[in-house]
Amino acid sequence: MRLFVYLPLLIPALTALAARPLAARLEPRQATWLLTTAAAILAGCAVAALALLTASAAAGLPALAALGHYSQPALRRADPVAAVTGLAATVLLAGAAVTAATGLRRRARALAESYRRAARLRADGGLVVMPGNAIEAYALPGWPGQIVVSAALLEALDDRQRAALLAHERAHLARRHHLFTTTAHLAAAACPLLLPLARAVDYTVERWADEDAARATGDRRLVAATIGHVALLTPPCRPRPATASLGAAGRPRRVSVAWAGPVPRRVAALLAPPPARHAVLVAAVVAAAALTGLSALEAARDLHALLEIARAAH
Amino acid sequence: MRGDGLDGSLPPGGGAGAPRRPAGALEAEVLAVLRAAGMPLTAGQVRQQLAAGQQAELSYSTVVTIVTRLHAKGLLAREQAGRGFAYTPIDEAGVAAGRMRQVLEAGRNRDAVLSRFASGLSGRDARLLRALLAAEPGDPGGEQE
Repeated sequence: MRLFVYLPLLIPALTALAARPLAARLEPRQATWLLTTAAAILAGCAVAALALLTASAAAGLPALAALGHYSQPALRRADPVAAVTGLAATVLLAGAAVTAATGLRRRARALAESYRRAARLRADGGLVVMPGNAIEAYALPGWPGQIVVSAALLEALDDRQRAALLAHERAHLARRHHLFTTTAHLAAAACPLLLPLARAVDYTVERWADEDAARATGDRRLVAATIGHVALLTPPCRPRPATASLGAAGRPRRVSVAWAGPVPRRVAALLAPPPARHAVLVAAVVAAAALTGLSALEAARDLHALLEIARAAH
Repeated sequence: MRGDGLDGSLPPGGGAGAPRRPAGALEAEVLAVLRAAGMPLTAGQVRQQLAAGQQAELSYSTVVTIVTRLHAKGLLAREQAGRGFAYTPIDEAGVAAGRMRQVLEAGRNRDAVLSRFASGLSGRDARLLRALLAAEPGDPGGEQE
């Protein structure tokens, strides 16, 4: 129980910093797979590390020592995990269990609801046109999934833009993007440090669908312009105080999309050349996940060895 | 269901002497007026139409309450008209889609399943987006309006 048990708790904190730059640079499909898998592994390891710390603290209890036929003083001497640390780990572990269970329930309900509704909305060609004046388009996961688009939005687009919009939504359904976002957000529910990673996955699935739409229509600029057009038609979202004050200053300066919302970043990415694969970045993420997994394993072996020593001393 | 909690919260706004009717009947009348109109109507216009149809006069706030509730139920779509909203009825498939969205939004669950094509923008993002699209030569659909 030395350094190794803390690494699975430290590495998710580092990914929080790396998530957004990674999502911006990696090819979207690769990024989605990589970041979702990494989130699942890191969450599993973080929970395992907390469980090991908790177990290690619990092993120090005299009652358990008597039950397990090992020497409690020998264990105490060999194990550097302080009682306070063990207690903190126990609290965090319980918290993780609660948030993960709540998150799982919420997501499962939303998905079940979506499947039910999609089954009820039997539409021609998987497209439901919602009358009215709202500007709205979304993919509804189901079996089969449905695409819901408002009549007002369809009217506001020309034939090519409509094709781009539908190709984007079809990609969401065909690639089962909701499974990636669900996995990533469940990982974040168990380990809140992974929330930036889960948000990055939300973004990369949009990018993935954008790139699919660009391939389907053969025109990246068309997809970019369609996203921009639709976003500007959509009523504005809640104003964010920080950005509002920036706007009030009104200084004309070169704006970067790096810290902008998802829509400008998606449009900028489509106006740029198609994304390339970055072997080095992929390797870095794989290495971080592998290091986390090995650390958790090593910590488990540490605890096992510790108990062996204590048992021998009994 | 959330919407059910609203029923019965109708303010006692029916004009003096108007016989009290169940909330459902008022909603049906408002829906009928909007369906017959064939164009978006504001709450004030709905009220005029109801009065023209020799229905008992309702207060403006009652009509606003009814259309707001119908909108919340996903039966009416609305658009900005001046300082208020103009409402249009939604047909059956649209009602189903609207209800579904309402249910998904109600539980903060929508992020779990719905992927919107493009979300609304903050003011800064909108400016940034316009700048990006304006910089593109031969942009087919950035800024037409």
